[in-house]
Amino acid sequence: MEKYAVYVPKLVTKKENFAPGHRACIGCGEALAVRLACKALGQSVIIANATGCMEIVSSPLPYTSWRVPWIHTLFENTAAVASGIEAGLKMLMKKGRIAQKDIKVVAMAGDGGTSDIGLQALSGALERGHDFLYLCFDNEAYMNTGIQRSSSTPYGASTTTSPAGKVSIGQVSWKKNMPAIAAAHDIPYVATACPSYPFDLMAKVAKGAQRGPAYVQILSPCPTGWRHAADLTVRMGRLAVETGMFPLYEVENGAYKLTFDFPKLRPVTDYMKLQGRFRHLSEDIITEIQQRVNKEYAKLKEKAS
Amino acid sequence: MTKPEGALTWKDINIGAIVSEPGNASQYRTGDWRSERPIFDSRKCIRCGICYIFCPEGCVGQNAEGYFEADLFYCKGCGICALECWTKAITMVAEEQ
Amino acid sequence: MSKRVGIEVSLAIGDAVRLANADVIAAYPITPQTHIVEHLAELVANGELDAEYIPVESEHSAMSACLGASAVGARTFTATAGQGLELMHEVLYVASSMRLPVIMAVANRALSAPLSVWGDQSDVMAVRDTGWIQLFVENGQETVDNVLCAFRIGEDPRVLLPVMVHLDGFYLSHVIEAVLFPEQSQVDRFLPPFKHPVPLHPDRPVTMGAFAMPIIYSEAKWAQEVNLEAAKEVIFECWGEFGKLFGRNYSPVEHYRSDDARVLLLTLGGFSETAMTAVDKMRGEGKSVGLVRLRLWRPFPFAEIRQAVKNAEVLIVLDRAISFGGPGGPVCSEVRSALYGEAKKPKVIGFIGGLGGRDITPSGFEEIINRGIEIAQRGSDREFEIFGVRE
Repeated sequence: MEKYAVYVPKLVTKKENFAPGHRACIGCGEALAVRLACKALGQSVIIANATGCMEIVSSPLPYTSWRVPWIHTLFENTAAVASGIEAGLKMLMKKGRIAQKDIKVVAMAGDGGTSDIGLQALSGALERGHDFLYLCFDNEAYMNTGIQRSSSTPYGASTTTSPAGKVSIGQVSWKKNMPAIAAAHDIPYVATACPSYPFDLMAKVAKGAQRGPAYVQILSPCPTGWRHAADLTVRMGRLAVETGMFPLYEVENGAYKLTFDFPKLRPVTDYMKLQGRFRHLSEDIITEIQQRVNKEYAKLKEKAS
Repeated sequence: MTKPEGALTWKDINIGAIVSEPGNASQYRTGDWRSERPIFDSRKCIRCGICYIFCPEGCVGQNAEGYFEADLFYCKGCGICALECWTKAITMVAEEQ
Repeated sequence: MSKRVGIEVSLAIGDAVRLANADVIAAYPITPQTHIVEHLAELVANGELDAEYIPVESEHSAMSACLGASAVGARTFTATAGQGLELMHEVLYVASSMRLPVIMAVANRALSAPLSVWGDQSDVMAVRDTGWIQLFVENGQETVDNVLCAFRIGEDPRVLLPVMVHLDGFYLSHVIEAVLFPEQSQVDRFLPPFKHPVPLHPDRPVTMGAFAMPIIYSEAKWAQEVNLEAAKEVIFECWGEFGKLFGRNYSPVEHYRSDDARVLLLTLGGFSETAMTAVDKMRGEGKSVGLVRLRLWRPFPFAEIRQAVKNAEVLIVLDRAISFGGPGGPVCSEVRSALYGEAKKPKVIGFIGGLGGRDITPSGFEEIINRGIEIAQRGSDREFEIFGVRE
């Protein structure tokens, strides 16, 4: 037994800067993702957070789950607030009003706050080249307000504003490729991650924190919104990656690199059949999705070769 | 102990409604939410820490012997640890009344 | 030795911000504020102002970036006008309720539609309730002086609120005026460095922007209101200090030949100086007329307004904005409301004029005053009068 030295705790800090006692749903993949990201970020950070699930569950006045400096203002301006924090710190240190210190500026937002309402602010901040890390916690809909669709909702998913109905299959547009949009800004680092691969997630967050602007999109399985059992969260993330629905990769200074190069992708049904949001889909649509996923994955492999 | 929101007067509110006690949400018992609880079998536990790493609450920790168990003050009973445990050392049982 | 220079007021604002040694400037251009942000860019590019200049991609982001910078304790400035002020509307509420002392110059401009880049006060009036301290200036000297005062007032630990300085778009922002700039050493003495009491910093982690359930939101808002009202004391104290150091005195309500006037005109902003000419002419003709100018808009100077108008029989309020379908002029309705409970008060007549950059000449003011007196006598079936519209 002695040979099996304690593994995870040796490699990971015990400090929980995202303290338990938060009000996330049972089995929340996003809370797990935030918790892991905080382990990678350490103590010397300032976090700007958008309105959304994580903001609401972590900050009901007068309580906070945050053990690091944290600011929430509005929904669409996270990247702009982070820009101001970065600029402010720079000047205060330059003018000697605060001590020189490596303080990482991190923006956290959901998929709605990133690819929809927050896109402008994000694009501006990336273009201006602020030294900050932007983490998009992607649970693929506006979950906090009750599961409404976002541009990050996958094709065919049923949400309350893209419901499956007699004349609709649910979401009729393909998931917006946010990492590609971020990469188009020619920033040093873009990555996708998933809490089901915790060490990979932490490594990518740490890498993104080293030089900015950096963008990391983290798939956050949501039992409530995706309609699956609470204990399947981590498995769901794994399936998303293994089926190619959410491939893990990095883009370092424009060069694509796959995190896993699966010789063969699992069929998308393995992932979709476990989730209520896809339950209504016909064979035809599932085939359509499979073909598109294959195509997109091939494109990604092409870029990474 | 932080005064709960209903007990605060307008004078108690910090400047800009800032919360200056980091992590004071840890006073909130989310353990009341669960309908199932995890039972950790230390005979099967290989102390790998997978349950610890995958807990969304961050409430799984090691006891004096290094075996893992959940802090029931926070545990919401999601069952992720039980599903992910490599040696099936964790079982979910119904929460007693 | 301070020197008096002829300078475009927009550029003077940039120079005032340089004297204040701002740390972070978020800038998005919009007519008629462009010269302010352009001059600031120049000052930073030449190393004359040591600040981070963030050329943001919208006014909403401009104010948001200012929030972030202020939250870590940086001295923060931005400027906007018209549509820009409206675009950052929701962010304005956040700045004041989160107690972040962002300083902003607003070159007051009319609101679309139709598009108008010219000056009026509709942009200001739309942001009355945002919780900012708001001041009006009428000439270049007042602009420079009050930008400096704005930093001192907003960043005062007893206040810690954002401040807007309102100047007329084009009519003040683009004119060349004689301005006496204080020496850097004088400004350094008047304006201490900004120290936020609980800034964002890893050494002392705080959470800013927690959400409030119904059981606590009202308490948070009341605390904010109490603080804004208490800021009045600090504003007067600051103006007092300024007067002592620089010899120029500012009051929340400025009087011009008003103490014994039977008929008073109330204006805000640049129109006031034109109105003074009309008052002088009418006084010369023996009419008992005077002018009251509102300098402090928020927090509203209730006591000072009541004091200023208590002996008049007629008070004509000229608004440079219109509240559609409502009581007409926002300033008029607020003044009327302030006087409602007074036992002795003038008849209040509301005029709206000067919209979208339409100028009002001294003779125009004479006409307004005469019509106002007439309406006070015979009454009107209208809630307010519109001036200068061709029928």
